This record gives sequence, C-alpha cells and structure tokens, in this order.
Amino acid sequence: MLRETHLNALIFLALLAVPLGALVLDQPFIITLATKVTILALAGVGLNLALGQGGLVSFGHAIFFGLGGYSMGILASHAQSFTPLMEVPFVIPGTNLMPVIWIVAIAVSCLAALVVGALSLRTSGVYFIMVTLAFGQMFYYFAISWPAYGGEDGLSIYVRNQFPGLNTLVPIQFFGLCFAVLCAVLFLVSRLNKSAFGLALTGAHYSPVRAMSVGIEVTRLRLVAFVISGGITGLAGALFADLNRFVSPTMFSWHTSGEIIIFIILGGVARLCGPIAGAAAYIILEQYLGGFSEYWQIYLGLILLFVVLFAQGGLIGSLSKREIVRG
Amino acid sequence: MGEPILSVRDVHKAFGALKASDGVSLELRAGEIHALIGPNGAGKSTLIQQIAGGLAPDSGTVEFVGRDISGTSTAQRARLGLARTFQISALAMQFTVLENVVLGLVGERGHVFRFFRPVMKDVAYLDPAHAILKRVGLDDVAHMRTAELSHGQRRQLEVAVALTLAPKAFLMDEPMAGLGADGSKALMQLLADLKTHAPILLVEHDMDAVFALADRISVLVYGKIIATGTVDAIRANPEVRAAYLGDGEIPA
Repeated sequence: MLRETHLNALIFLALLAVPLGALVLDQPFIITLATKVTILALAGVGLNLALGQGGLVSFGHAIFFGLGGYSMGILASHAQSFTPLMEVPFVIPGTNLMPVIWIVAIAVSCLAALVVGALSLRTSGVYFIMVTLAFGQMFYYFAISWPAYGGEDGLSIYVRNQFPGLNTLVPIQFFGLCFAVLCAVLFLVSRLNKSAFGLALTGAHYSPVRAMSVGIEVTRLRLVAFVISGGITGLAGALFADLNRFVSPTMFSWHTSGEIIIFIILGGVARLCGPIAGAAAYIILEQYLGGFSEYWQIYLGLILLFVVLFAQGGLIGSLSKREIVRG
Repeated sequence: MGEPILSVRDVHKAFGALKASDGVSLELRAGEIHALIGPNGAGKSTLIQQIAGGLAPDSGTVEFVGRDISGTSTAQRARLGLARTFQISALAMQFTVLENVVLGLVGERGHVFRFFRPVMKDVAYLDPAHAILKRVGLDDVAHMRTAELSHGQRRQLEVAVALTLAPKAFLMDEPMAGLGADGSKALMQLLADLKTHAPILLVEHDMDAVFALADRISVLVYGKIIATGTVDAIRANPEVRAAYLGDGEIPA
C-alpha cells in the first residue's frame, strides 16, 4: 500500500501528465476534460472543508458554485457590451480580467455563505441537509426567473476572460492557470487542516460536546469554516463558467450540489486530494460510460453504492494506508 | 475551608409538572471535594447541566469566581475555568490522546481562529500537553488513538482535558463509573491530589469513593438538597438514611 502523501503526489502528476500528453498528441478535447476535472476538484475541495473536516453535509454548495459563475457572467457580459454594471451612486464597470472576477466571485460567495450558514447552522444532521437544499432551490428559481441575465436560457460570454501574461483561449494555458489555482488552494487548505482551526473544526465534528466544554464556540467555528468553504467553491464556479464561456441556472441546481458531494464520496471524505480523485473518476465515467449507454448514471449509482458500503475511504482510502494526519 | 468559588443560589427548573431543581442552593469552596449524591432521578444531571451550561434555570443564579454565569454559553464558562468531565466519555475517539489534550489548550487559549501554523508541531502546545499527560500518567500513550485506550485510561484522559482549562473548579460527573478496583484507586489518588489545585464538585454513585474522598456532601432528593455537611454529619443524618432505602448503600 502507498502512503497517502505518495498517492497524492501521483494524482498530481497524473493530472499534469494527461493534458501535457494530450498537447503532444494534439488532443485539445482531453486538455479541456482535464481542465474540467481540475475545476470540479476545486469545487470539491471547498465542500470537503465543510463536509469532510467539519462534518457539515451541505446539500447547497451549488449556491456558491452558481454565484461564482454568475459573478463571472455578469461582470463579463457588461464588459462585452461596454455597459456599466451600475451608475448610481457611483459607476461600476464590467470587467474581463480574471483576477478581478475571482475576487468578486469569492467575496459574493463568502457573503452568501455567511447568511446561509448563519441560518442553517442553527440546525444539524438531516435538518441541516434540508435547509441548505432549500436555500439552493431558492437561488436556482431566482436565477431562472430573473430575466436580466438570460433567465432560464443562461448567458453566453463569447470570449474567455483574460489573465495578464496568458492567452487563456489556448487550452493548455487555461489548464495551467486552473491547475495553479488548485495547487495554491490545496496548499492553503492543507495548512488549515493542520492548524489550530483545523484541529478545533475536526474536534467539533467528532465530539461537539467536548469542543464546547473546552471553551470553543462551535457554531461560530463552523460558520467560519462554511464561509471559507463557500468562497473556494465560488472561485471554482467562476473558473467553470470561464471554461464553458456560458453560465446558466443549472449551476445552481441541486444536481450540481449532489455532484460535488459525489466527487468527495468517490475520492474519499476528508482526504486532501479526495476531490481530485473523485472528480477525475466522475469525468472519466461520464465520458466512457456515457459513450456506452445513455443511462450511464445507473452504473455510477452502483459504483457509489459499492463505495459507501465497502470502501468508505473512497479511492484515496482504498489505495493508501491510513495515516494519522497530525502529530 | 476557603471562600466559595462556585455558588448555586435558589435554582428552580421544571419540566412540565416535574420539578427537577426545586430551590437548590449549593456552594463549592476552595480546597474541597464536595460530593453531590442522591438517588436516581433526584435531579443531579439537571443541576450539573445548569452549572456547566446547556440548560438555563427557570429562576435563580449560578455564580462562578464572583460572576453571575447563568446567561453564558458552555464555552464561555469553560474559558472562565469551569472544567467538566463527562459521565459518558465525550472525547474525540478518532483523535490521538495528545490531540485531545491540545484541543483543550486551543479552546482555553481562544486560539481557534489561527489558520496557518501546524498546531501539532508547536511546542507552545506540545510542552504543556505532555506535562498534563505526565501528571495523569498517560504520557507513554500520547500517540495512541483514543478509541484504543482502556476505559480507565479514557477516564484519566477526561481529567487531563479538564486540566488544560487552567481550571478554577472541576465539575465531575461520575468519574469512577465502570472502573475496576485498581482504576478507582488510581483515580481517587489523582482527585485527592487535584483538589489542592482547584475544588471539585463530584457527582458519584460509588459511595465508598464518596465517603473516602469528600470533604463535604450534599444530598439531593426530588430536586431539593435535604442535607449538606461533613461526611460524619451526613452518615448520621436520619433523613439521608431514609432517602437511601434500606440504608445499605451508605457504608458505616
């Protein structure tokens, strides 16, 4: 059996090697798939902080994925049509600069996570799942019925947004950018998991009573984790919208929330690189089973059932030794 | 006997028609082990929860180190130095022994929102954590997972985590429960040693332990304290003997 850190390194190498190989073999579609895996993994990394470390099973992370997507869509559509976002009391222009879009996406998602979290964290267990799902549906139906940015039809952005020094329309360059973002976020999250905050968050997951009785305000702690988690998933949403150059209410739908949960369960709950393994497995299954049968999700269901019943550590758990993460 | 550290003043708590606390007053003074005994259903757990937080009294106050803490959260009380051990172990089982202790230190110091430094490599936590584990005799199993500990070791770890809070008072809910003779003896030794550090309010069913350890005893029956006094006074009290049907539970 491999050590988990070695397995993580292998996963990173594979995620880097596949698109580079595709570049050599001139297969831009494979590069786009790898980019998709990278971005969806990032969304999973965000949720994994709440769901894995914190034990908060959010069925509403599509909110943040969608808000990230619409942050990109709205800013870029105004830049595209040269109309300001608002004029009173001061002018806010649109933008097609990714760093600015990312900051807005993160800020909007964090703010939404603060509100959604503050209300849903009053509950726990199944009720928490249901309340987050309900919030997700609210955002979904709002996006459908709000005509200004395409409503049900969504919003197309014709040119991918720009990043200084890169030509983002070249698939391998956009992949490199997304990969760098994923690495940076994973680095921060791995530090976070090992910090006092991470220990407290995991401790409050394993034994909330204990955490409270050593002086930890558990709800506040979880709210902060939920906000960070939402911010990361929001960033992924902005990148995903840029990958497709298209935003639609589907990003808000509960299917999206469910898919992000599936990445985590397939890859391994609370494993640092679980979401990468999970998102990769999901996309590969979608491509190959999807070519084999229109109803490929039946097979996905069977695989999920197998993982939940027999391999709870997911891919990472099955392929590596359990390591004691701290100390 | 020293000044009162923890005072419960005329606390009432009813669940429907059931008066779980019916005008309870109690004082825990510096340097003492104060045992709270009473038959099952007397309202001990309700009282403990009102002292530790988690359940607000209908009326009456709980004062701790000179402050009214009746309206504060469990976490705030813990940070003031009210350290609780649980009847049913509430340790994080998947954590190592050391992680459980460091978790206590993180909470006590209010360092929950430190996001970047690896906490389990930080000597500012590790040194005091190992010192506490030595004190309760668990340092050689510091890296073992809590789930692998024996029942007695988990009891010791409960005490170790309570010690991280720089406690001004301990609130111990049946620390001896389920311990064998050897385990009880070791833990009794530890408690006798701890009371010089901070007074202990001890809820305990093991009457031998209570009568051996306690400086004072309060007897709770149907939500009321029917007697408070020294071990000898309680032993001689006819009301107490009547409350414990058959007398047999109180060793002569």
